[in-house]
Amino acid sequence: MAPVANPKSFCLDIKKSGEAPKLMDFMKGTTTLGFVFQGGIIIAVDSRASMGSYIGSQTVKKVIEINDFLLGTIAGGAADCSFWERHLNRLCRMHELREKERISVAAASKLLANIFWQYRGQGLSCGTMVAGWDKKGPSLYMVDDQGDRHKGNVFSVGSGSTFAYGVLDTGYRFDLTVDEAVELGRRSIYHATHRDGASGGVARVYHVHEKGWTKVIAGEDVNKLHYMYAAEKNLKGDE
Amino acid sequence: MAGGYDRAITVFSPDGHLFQVEYALEAVRKGTTTVGVKGKDCVVLAVERRATPKLQDPRTIRKILVVDDNIALTFAGLNADARVLVNKTRVECQSYRLNVEDAPTVDYVARFIARTQQKYTHRGGVRPFGISTLLGGFDSKGQPALFQTDPAGTYYAWKATAIGKNSKSVTDFLEKKYKEDLDEDAVRATVLTCLREALLVKPDATVKLALKGLLEVTEASGKNIEVVIIKESGITWMPDDTLEPLVKELDDTAEKIAKLKEQQ
Repeated sequence: MAPVANPKSFCLDIKKSGEAPKLMDFMKGTTTLGFVFQGGIIIAVDSRASMGSYIGSQTVKKVIEINDFLLGTIAGGAADCSFWERHLNRLCRMHELREKERISVAAASKLLANIFWQYRGQGLSCGTMVAGWDKKGPSLYMVDDQGDRHKGNVFSVGSGSTFAYGVLDTGYRFDLTVDEAVELGRRSIYHATHRDGASGGVARVYHVHEKGWTKVIAGEDVNKLHYMYAAEKNLKGDE
Repeated sequence: MAGGYDRAITVFSPDGHLFQVEYALEAVRKGTTTVGVKGKDCVVLAVERRATPKLQDPRTIRKILVVDDNIALTFAGLNADARVLVNKTRVECQSYRLNVEDAPTVDYVARFIARTQQKYTHRGGVRPFGISTLLGGFDSKGQPALFQTDPAGTYYAWKATAIGKNSKSVTDFLEKKYKEDLDEDAVRATVLTCLREALLVKPDATVKLALKGLLEVTEASGKNIEVVIIKESGITWMPDDTLEPLVKELDDTAEKIAKLKEQQ
């Protein structure tokens, strides 16, 4: 905890005092999305880390491989997300050892949500999606730093989510083939990075299926995707 | 023999005994008998009901307790300790449901009870729970399961067992019967249908085995016995009008077998 008089309210106090404007503005500058379809779950993310108008990195890994069959996404504070999702890995492993069977996606996401609820008001910033395939089939949960937890079929989190939803909702069908679904994920990320300044870098796409997860697209430069999609429409891409 | 090592629970004796735990087991041995039998798709718990005084309301003496939707528990030993431990267990089951969004398996519940019982052998200023429990329910794969816990905090899985007074005679009987069931089916040819695979016992056969075990050591009357059948669909108490004739029937059989032996 921060070595100050009131560690629990540190983040809020700094914000209120105005000592370092914009320091505590953790904008969830990112685009992550996930959707459930007949072949499992597609998770697609961008890879830009931004602090205000400064681009920290274009090669961030926003999908955390919690274990062989659970994936988590990062949006918000990278440290908060990655730490707690790696902690979730520990908890999932303990569950496996004690119960001699894999933890369900419902239980894993609930563990994470309960942790966020406990730290509510202390400044954690995290909008994550937990995806996996368990006894009940493929499940996708959205968990955020307020302790909110929702099960759903289509989610997008981050500053670019509105743009991604536009493309995702247009193209989404439950009976997509795996290839169509991967393409939909990739395209939605591209469109979000094109319009949202805080998203960019490369598009990464993962596929969650019965046997675990596969990294389908390790990283495709969104600039290249821009010209590729333009060419499909017989445009140059400089319009 | 204890010589001062039996006072505090956290003190081992020189020859490696925790006397308080062993004395708790003694309390269990004096409790009312209870039998559990695991069948193909059900678990049956039967308990000896001690005669209630005339002015007492028999409904307040419940020895088979529901812990969760499909998990029932019976015990031998101190009634009050059972009440407290079962209450903790019920809370734990609900907590599990809240956190995991699924029903706890009987294995998990047995482990929780055993863990709790063990905690009370580890601290100063407390005494162990003076009960052993029999837990019936289903595991994560939908198979029936029967577990026992004891004051030391150990838990065991059983096919059939008994705890409490005269539990030794009942377990001896169950050990014999679990093998002999095959032969008996062939001879009887009435209600019990044949079991081919080991451990596969139809519900009525499981109930009869549990009852017969209990009847070894209790008086054959419906008033003295409480039976509960746990299936995947839920927990049902055997109503008195089914129990009474069944008890009578099984009791006759014992006599008949005795007569046959005499003739031989």
